[in-house]
Order: sequence, then C-alpha cells, then structure tokens
Amino acid sequence: MNGVPEKKYAGDVKARAANWVAEQRISDNWSDDDQVAFDAWLAESLAHRVAFVRLDAAWRRSERLAALRTVSPDMETNTPRKPAWRKFSGFAGAALVFLALCGAAANYLMRPPERTYSTAIGAHRTIALADGSHVELNTNTLLRTAVDTQYRKVWLDRGEVFFQIAHDTGHPFIVMAGDRSITVLGTKFLVRRDSSRFEVAVLEGRVRVDAANGTGAKSALLSAGELVIARSDSAISRQKVAQKLNDELGWRHGVLVFDHTTLADAAAEFNRYNSKKLIVAGSVASRLTIDGTFPTGNAAAFIDIVQDVFGLRVESRSDETVISR
Amino acid sequence: MEPNHEDADPRRVGAVIDASDVDEWFAREVLPLEAGLTQFLAHNWRNRNDLEDLLQDVYVRVYDSALKQIPDSARAFVFTTARNLLVDRVRREHVVPIEAVADLGALGVAIEEPGPERVVAARDELRLLQSALEKLPRRCREALVLRQMEGLSRRDIALRMGIGEETVKEYIAEGVRALADQLYGEVADVRHKS
Repeated sequence: MNGVPEKKYAGDVKARAANWVAEQRISDNWSDDDQVAFDAWLAESLAHRVAFVRLDAAWRRSERLAALRTVSPDMETNTPRKPAWRKFSGFAGAALVFLALCGAAANYLMRPPERTYSTAIGAHRTIALADGSHVELNTNTLLRTAVDTQYRKVWLDRGEVFFQIAHDTGHPFIVMAGDRSITVLGTKFLVRRDSSRFEVAVLEGRVRVDAANGTGAKSALLSAGELVIARSDSAISRQKVAQKLNDELGWRHGVLVFDHTTLADAAAEFNRYNSKKLIVAGSVASRLTIDGTFPTGNAAAFIDIVQDVFGLRVESRSDETVISR
Repeated sequence: MEPNHEDADPRRVGAVIDASDVDEWFAREVLPLEAGLTQFLAHNWRNRNDLEDLLQDVYVRVYDSALKQIPDSARAFVFTTARNLLVDRVRREHVVPIEAVADLGALGVAIEEPGPERVVAARDELRLLQSALEKLPRRCREALVLRQMEGLSRRDIALRMGIGEETVKEYIAEGVRALADQLYGEVADVRHKS
C-alpha cells in the first residue's frame, strides 16, 4: 500500500477493525477458521489491536441501548415491530431519566447482599433468585449470588449450574466463572467449572462469554444449541449439538447420559456424584466406550454392565472400586 | 515512566502484563481522553490530515508501554506520549517548523485540566448513547438499533431492512465506527473527509 508496507494508515486499520467487530458480533456461525484469521490479524500489529479494542469498547457501550427497548420480547421472537428508538425519541425525557436513575442506583448504591449456596457430593438443589430467575446446582457446587431486580451477578466458584434467567433487558445477568464471564439478558444455559475445564452450553437465547486470559478475541457469542468447552491447556472447542446438550443436562433429572463415552470419562462422571470412587485401570479405560442412561447415584448399574457386557474384573475396596481386565 | 523495580506491587514486577488487562485498562482509562487528546494534537500540529494517524501512533505507543507497565496516571502518560511523538516527528521529518510545536508548553495544562473528557456518570450514559445514535447515518443507525435494542439476528435485520446479510455487516461496521467517534472523540469533526 503506497509503497510503505509497514505504515498502517489509521483509516484503513479502523475500517478493517470495524469489519471484524461487526463480523464477530453479529455472526451466526463464527468458525474456528474465522477465529484463526482474526487472531492472525490482531497479532500482526499493535495498531490493529488498539483499533479493535476501541471499536469493540464502543460496541459494548452500545449494548446498554437494550435498556431503551420499549417492549421486552423474548430474543427469539421475530415479529416485526417499529424500531424502538423511534417510539422512544418522542418521550425521551422522563423515561430516560427514570431508567438512568435506576441504573445508577443499582450500580452504585444498592448492590444486593451476597449469598452463598452449595451442594455436597451427589446432591442437587434448585434455588429461586430474587429477580425471578432459577438456578439448579449440580453435585459438589459452590455458587455466590448478588441478585435483586436491579442488579444481577453471580460467581460460580466450583461445580455446575443450570440457569433459567428471567428476561430483563435493562439488567444483564452476569455469571463470573474464574477468569471468564458470561453475560445474558434472559435465557437458559449451563455453566460447569472444575479444575480442568470450563463449559458453557446454551439451550435458549444468546449468551456472551468473555475470557479474561489468552491473547485472542475476548468474546464469543453463543446461540441456542451451542456448546463451548475450554480446557485448562486453553484449547477451546465449539460445537453445535442439540442432542449433546440434552445429554449434558441429564443430571437435572438425576441421570447421566453416555454416548460413545470412554470408560474413563464415564467413571469420572460417576465420581462427581459418589464419594466411593470408580477407578478404571489400564488401557481398557480409553479403549472401551459405553452408551446408555444411568442414575447418577447408582454406580452399581454401571458396574454391572461393565462386568456383564465387557467381561471386566471389578474389585470393591472400602473407598474405591477398581475396574480392570 | 520507567518501571520502578523497587515497587513491591506484583503487577509491576512481571515483565509482561496480560494483554486483556491492557485492553480493559485502555478502554476504561485511555479512550475517554480521546476528545481532549485530539484537540491537543490538532492544536500542536499544522496538518489536520495527519491527525487520525497521529492519534493511532499515540495509542500504539501508549498500549505498547502499558504491556510492560500500566501507568499510574493514564492522563499524564497519554499526553506526555503525545508530546514526545510530536517532538520526534518534527526532528525526524524536518518538514514542520519548530513553531508548530511551540505550544507544547501548554502540555502541563492539558494534563491538569479536566478538558472535554468523556467520562460520564452512569445516569448520563444512556442519554449520551441516544444522542450519539441520532448522529449516525440513517441506515447504520437502523441496523444498530435492530441489533442492540431489538436483539434481532443478522438474518432478521436483513429481512426487516430489505437488504442482504453482507450489507447488514457493512452497515454495522460503519455504524460502530461512527459510534466510536461520537462516544470517544471528535476525529470525524476535525478531519477532512477524503
């Protein structure tokens, strides 16, 4: 460009950055290839990064505009409506001041008190939050909440929670999970966090996941049917699998669903719910896979199948059960 | 702004700061200075066509430094960086008479005074967004409103506006760019449209 390749003209960079923001924020199918291309562009020059950060910050600020919606339909409704800003502009004054005061007060004055909820290994508990949302805690989970009708934030310190969030466009519901945050307006989704992985699965609506670590894009916008799993080695996989989501949520009905699951993974799932641990020894752990639905608290049914169908040896000790060939 | 190695703050000891922390700091502390910074650059540089590139260069320098150490005072650091950049430009390019930057004595003022900084109270944020939105090109505004206020998908925006999905992206891209200029600076106002 103009014979000075290392020179980044601000106008060109901004145009490209704006394109990335738009692509990322409204894309329905942001692929791994897109992510790779974006990361490469971002890493190419600090000018790129700075321009992107600036425009993305403007985009985030404009998300506050959702508070001006005059109706609060579900995100998936596609019924045509007159753009809200037109209706709004007529009576900007009073409504805006009111909304703004609520927002300011919520943010700075009246943050609700923090509450802590937890479950023991094998337990399962549903909690109704003050804003009308429901959360279901799976086994061995610790959740802290600061929620009322004006302020909605929770911290998943450990475990797995299924969220059914009451729709409120004026007050985003934020889930903090370690160094990631998930932002939603109203939807159903699952968050799981343990030492080796972080997982978000969306049943309805859209959620935004922001990662505080890593050097690539900080945000991913997930739609219904999407599942993101990030492991501690920072590999991230993104899948679109409606059936798998139902399987993931089997615990809500007290079952574990396995679909070509290796014995090692299946045992690890049971171990989340039972203090007497299953240990799969040797190479059978990864070679054999199992299908089926099992009660979470009934490892015996799983052990029976392993014995009868696979012909493996099962040795029961005081605090563990060892499966081997 | 050299790193102080005697400082016990662990954030300062590490040689490299996580880029996402810098992103966050940059959006929170630096971008609100953009209007004042643009004014400062315009005041001290004759060629207004250079402003957008100068601003970018200041941002890159500031960001680069912040990766090693996040400055205590963003304001002082940003304006000092801008001054140094202008001085470097004058020395290197020999194209601008030194008078062009004679006013740099006013730097202290720029750092001390609040200026047209775009730090807004939460209660003003919606009002500011609303007025920024009204200044956008009509079709860009429509696309942004359908997305951010109505929560429509890309496909539904295309249907509603009677345009292709690629055009939706173009409107959103142009819209977010204009919005950033409205929210953070006045670059669009001082710079020649070319």
